[in-house]
Amino acid sequence: MIRVVLPGHLRTLAHVSSEVQLEIVGPVTQRSVLDALEAQYPMLRGTIRDHVTHERRPFLRFFACEEDYSLEPPDTPLPEKVASGAEPLLIIGAIAGG
Amino acid sequence: MSKVRVLVGTRKGAFILTADGKRQNWEISGPHFAGWEMYHVKGSTVDPNRIYASQCSGWFGQIIQRSDDGGKTWIQPGTPPGEQKGPGGMPKGESNKFVYDTSAETGKPLTTHMWYDGTQHPWEFKRVWHLEPSPADPDTVYAGIEDAGLFRSTDGGQNWKELSGLRGHDSGAGWQPGAGGMCLHTVILDPKDPNRIYIAISAAGAFRTDDGGTTWKPINKGLYSQYIPNPTAEVGHCVHHVAMNSARPGVLFMQKHWDVMRSDNSGDSWTEVSGNLPTDFGFVIDVHAHEPETIYVVPIKSDGEHFPLDGKLRVYRSKTGGNEWEELAKGLPERDCYVNVLRDAMAVDSLDKCGVYFGTTGGQVYASADAGNNWAPIAEHLPAVLSVEVQTLA
Repeated sequence: MIRVVLPGHLRTLAHVSSEVQLEIVGPVTQRSVLDALEAQYPMLRGTIRDHVTHERRPFLRFFACEEDYSLEPPDTPLPEKVASGAEPLLIIGAIAGG
Repeated sequence: MSKVRVLVGTRKGAFILTADGKRQNWEISGPHFAGWEMYHVKGSTVDPNRIYASQCSGWFGQIIQRSDDGGKTWIQPGTPPGEQKGPGGMPKGESNKFVYDTSAETGKPLTTHMWYDGTQHPWEFKRVWHLEPSPADPDTVYAGIEDAGLFRSTDGGQNWKELSGLRGHDSGAGWQPGAGGMCLHTVILDPKDPNRIYIAISAAGAFRTDDGGTTWKPINKGLYSQYIPNPTAEVGHCVHHVAMNSARPGVLFMQKHWDVMRSDNSGDSWTEVSGNLPTDFGFVIDVHAHEPETIYVVPIKSDGEHFPLDGKLRVYRSKTGGNEWEELAKGLPERDCYVNVLRDAMAVDSLDKCGVYFGTTGGQVYASADAGNNWAPIAEHLPAVLSVEVQTLA
């Protein structure tokens, strides 16, 4: 079971209060995780990546195991600890200072 | 007894203000969608419980919300709780999917417009500025978006289709964004002719269709904008807002970047009616519900200083359809007021006497229950107000 932590506003949209868990068959990649996330929570479509191009929205980042995977190609496998459910994939809204 | 519901969109959520017909004691609910920019919230005149809202964010993009119970509860159309998934796990609707039409059938695969530096730039969806419910069908609603385009949903906001004839107009490649982006901010549906729609774009100007959105014509004759290379160009004018009294749909009033204008021939030509206004820069303009020659503006000092003259917030009213304006000051700040009133942030109710409402970037919503003679704040500490709409309920 894959674990995903969403930003607060997206938890509100998805009507979830904590991290979400997703069943994924096959390689665990950014693309397969987002496909599963959007299938389970369709109200999130378009909020993390573009509807058509599937490009990541510029102010969102993908972190896991203390590493930034935002710029990795979408089909690159995520760390084994994410695939095993030991660690979550963190979807983070960029934080503006001040 | 009649009731009034004021729908307020702000930088950090939506608020709903309600009062009875006396319009003295107001209840405020919200914030709805706290933390999100609520560009526009507007109710259907056919079914007042049906309200559409444009919710957006620099982080998460566009969301469309809909209420079917007057704003008590909301859904993203197509994804109601418990019915989120269609066959194969895919969503039933994609209410936030605004994809420009590039289909061969339309023959208008326009893909670029003019950028600030004069080069061509791809059309990119950014947000919905204005939602205009149909006066005939609660499930039909139009969306004016940035980059400028007009979309329509006929299923209550679940799915959207572009009326691409507008963007495909011959002048489209020359449209250029204003300082606030290339937004289609005004959508006026002619209540007597379902095939006639008016729209306005910053900074392309106003357009009209007479065939339900298939073809469009620029309606900017008479506008003069000294800040563009050809001040009387067919397109390129920074129209801020257009208003109409639904009982007299051929007469339009416009607040341009500078200049207040009127048209008596459905936009075919315009004449300036700024008259004795202390400044004719501004954003909002609206028309009295029962007196079609009575109009309201909020003069703003200049395009470089987006606040009222001398720190005094004033509404100006003309009872002569323009040119002769009177200052309305009772109840409005007399000093040290440096807020702005944005283009969609004024509305009128249809009670007798007509109520007038506007919201400020300082988070105040002011109301007058006597057509502008006296004003009072009905909310004072909201986030910056982006839009104000009013529903008059039986």
